[in-house]
Amino acid sequence: MNKELRRVSVVTLAMFLALFVSTSVIQVFAVDELRADPRNVRTLYASYSAERGPILVDGRPIAESVEAPESVFAFLRVYSEPALYAPVTGYFTLNQGNTGIEGAYNDFLTGTANEQFLDQLGALVTGQRPRGAAVELTIDPVVQQAAREAMGDLKGAVVAIEPATGRILAMVSTPSFDPNRLSAHDTASVIEAYEQLLNDPDDPLINRTISGDQYFPGSTFKVLVAAAAIDSGRFTAESTFPNPATLELPLSESVVRNSTLGPCGSGSTVTIATALRLSCNIPFAELGRALGEETLADYAERFGFGAELEVPMAVTPSRFPRGLDDAQLMLSSFGQFDVRVTPLQMAMVNAAIANGGNLMQPTLLDRIIAPDLSIIQQPEPTLVGQPVSRTTAETVTRLMVDAVANGVAGNARIEGVDVAGKTGTAENGGDAPFTLWFTGFAPADNPRVAVAVVIEDGGGLGQSGSSNQIAAPIGKRVLEAVLSR
Amino acid sequence: MSSTRPADPRVGATVDLGAPRATMTESITIRLRTPAKLRNLELLLLLFAIGVTGAAVALVQLGAIGELDGTIIGYGAGLGMLALGMHVVLRITAPDADPFILPIAVTLNGLGVAMIYRLDIAEGLTGWESYGIRQMAWTAIAMAIAIATLLIVRNHRILARYRYLAMLAGIGLLLLPMLPGIGQTINGARLWVDLGIFSFQPGEIGKIALAVFFAGYLVTARESLSMVGRTVLGMRLPRGRDLGPILIVWVAAMAVLVFQRDLGTSLLYFGLFLVMLYVATARLSWVVLGLSLFVGGALIASQTLSYVGGRFAGWLGAFEQENYEAIGGSFQLVQGMFGLANGGLIGTGLGQGSPDIVPLAESDFIIASLGEELGLVGLFAILGLYVLLVARGFRIGFNGTDDFGRLLAVGLAFIVALQVFVVIGGVTRVIPLTGLTTPFLAAGGSSLVANWIIVALLLRLSDTVRNQPHLVVED
Repeated sequence: MNKELRRVSVVTLAMFLALFVSTSVIQVFAVDELRADPRNVRTLYASYSAERGPILVDGRPIAESVEAPESVFAFLRVYSEPALYAPVTGYFTLNQGNTGIEGAYNDFLTGTANEQFLDQLGALVTGQRPRGAAVELTIDPVVQQAAREAMGDLKGAVVAIEPATGRILAMVSTPSFDPNRLSAHDTASVIEAYEQLLNDPDDPLINRTISGDQYFPGSTFKVLVAAAAIDSGRFTAESTFPNPATLELPLSESVVRNSTLGPCGSGSTVTIATALRLSCNIPFAELGRALGEETLADYAERFGFGAELEVPMAVTPSRFPRGLDDAQLMLSSFGQFDVRVTPLQMAMVNAAIANGGNLMQPTLLDRIIAPDLSIIQQPEPTLVGQPVSRTTAETVTRLMVDAVANGVAGNARIEGVDVAGKTGTAENGGDAPFTLWFTGFAPADNPRVAVAVVIEDGGGLGQSGSSNQIAAPIGKRVLEAVLSR
Repeated sequence: MSSTRPADPRVGATVDLGAPRATMTESITIRLRTPAKLRNLELLLLLFAIGVTGAAVALVQLGAIGELDGTIIGYGAGLGMLALGMHVVLRITAPDADPFILPIAVTLNGLGVAMIYRLDIAEGLTGWESYGIRQMAWTAIAMAIAIATLLIVRNHRILARYRYLAMLAGIGLLLLPMLPGIGQTINGARLWVDLGIFSFQPGEIGKIALAVFFAGYLVTARESLSMVGRTVLGMRLPRGRDLGPILIVWVAAMAVLVFQRDLGTSLLYFGLFLVMLYVATARLSWVVLGLSLFVGGALIASQTLSYVGGRFAGWLGAFEQENYEAIGGSFQLVQGMFGLANGGLIGTGLGQGSPDIVPLAESDFIIASLGEELGLVGLFAILGLYVLLVARGFRIGFNGTDDFGRLLAVGLAFIVALQVFVVIGGVTRVIPLTGLTTPFLAAGGSSLVANWIIVALLLRLSDTVRNQPHLVVED
């Protein structure tokens, strides 16, 4: 009987071993997978029950978790200046996902990032509830406020970068939204608010500076083309091109005109410098054809076109089209046809010119601070590359200063400061209203800020709105806000 | 204490065995010392068990409501009084009983009460509505019945005399819920009888009666069962007339499966029978035959009975949306696993998880609730306690002096082991989910009463092991 009993004991032990193994598998090895399951409401509960770290601008919280005694969840996410910062913070919801910084740094904010493992362990030992880390942004509240006020009721975006470091000082996208409506605990009202925002034809949920449908850069692209021409060594600022009033595109019925509908200035030929100052299309169409698709595409890439970028939100890569015929290449040379950009990309082009040709990695992150005030992350400024030489950058800067001082971007002038700038009025085909641009930086000799402003729907004036009239003053106010700091 | 011993009919036998008769004083000294040691060890462990319970209730309060109130006294002291009462009874009526069994049962029972109380807080249940209060009341009843069992069954051999009565009682209790009028269907299984003020699962008691019957029947019939029969394909098959009881039990198990719609209970009865049959007769062929019968029956059931088929689908494809959303599908299982994952290695801490998301978190899925808040560490501790409890039962099987007692102990211990395996295995996806209760932990009066009777019987059996000299040579 004992032999049989021993065998039964072994079988019984095997049964228990199976349980030791199965519980270990579920509680240790499959944990990540189970937690990531969208049907796992505990993950949501956890994210609402932990004290989520704040998002700070200049040391002040723009998003923070406050205790919610009435609710099943311990904390409520509150945004102090919702409309001003929504494009940056994004939103934090129960079950509609998170966007912006809330989404990109979710791990750090909830305190579950790998870097915070020791803190979690410490909190466990001391019996404290784990707290998330604070994310401090590079945004300058004065600049952000100035940009937002300058935009008023216009639809569009503003982004300002510190050229030497890549720090993003302002990121405004209008119309904005109120993330407080989405972080509420009442799921029904959150879904209603979300649906409403989602169905809004003005797309308030989209951060226009880095994503969305992108824009034709129009004449602001000429800065890149001029830089490419000069940097290639094949042209100088004084290189000349024929100066007709109209240019027939090869193999096409279409005709290119300058915005004045006449020739570019008075002469029979025109320099690149003049063409940029007066923002003429015909000379740039000819310059682009002379440079060729390969060269233009190469320089566009050097400035960041087509590259994945995270600031930390993912930025939709801007696009310079390939496989162009001559007509398409000529249209592309002044930012039409199929060139599509984000405002951030155009700010990067200007920041690189401003920074002696050196392109810095743009970022919103100043630092991540643990609850015990130790610093988890503080990225150093990172060089992406040098798209053009210092000499090229200086030459282009001079041309851009001229465009503001004596050219078509006159409304960006600031008393006592050299502003480098370029306007753009992009056509969207047919009768569609223009997209109005201003890009530039200041002071020209020691740039502290580069800016890109884009206004949709012609600023409400259809095809009669001008970029110098509407976009340039906004750019000016942003530049001034930085210079007055 | 020894003065109360003469009531025990075995006393004389022990004293008489010394070669020259010892003096009265000497015999008392010898007899007092060892048992007192055992009982003192038990007392120490009991205090620890009660401490664990009190600490668990306190942590629940701190974790879930952030303050301490009188409940801790109600639960901790209530369980403590009951346990100490039983301890005193053991000192008097079974001083040589195993010192680990009672503390293990009390610890598990206390942890269960604490977790059920924690779920009451989450669900906002108070007073007689709350599962915790009712569980505590049932614990009191169950332990009182266990004490009564210890007092009534002074010698387990008497039980062997009632084996056929036990069979009738066992099968009767098993099939009782099928009677129209009193039978009740809860959560799809027809396992309950409605006794007016409360419902009861007679099958829980029935399994003990069946264990008694199997032990009694197999001890007498083992010779004919193991020696006689034709050999087919290297397996000795039983004679037709010896096959009778096996077929009866198989039919009863299948009846449970089909009519009471409960795969787990069916598996428990049949598994219990096979193990006891094997231990008694040493015939592996019987186990093979029995298992084939059961697996065959279960396979047919999975094809023809939608609920069995659903259980299999929910087991193998638990995470498929179709099964997850199906009525009686894998929602509960998957949510339980989410809970376990939430607990991870060390758990969320008592009162700080969300075990109440899982349906039946206080009964069928209490192990998921405990796993979430106590973590893998806690589950290992709980599983360890079960292993220890089962091992103490098997130990009686190894060391016992009479085959009936040994077989009964093995059967009772295996009931505990198999229940644990079927329930926790179901919750952790080792086997399809079925509706058994986790011994001592899960909310439910019938289960508590049954398991405390098992504890009482194991204590009684272990007392006889130590209490008697090992004169009987192993066969």
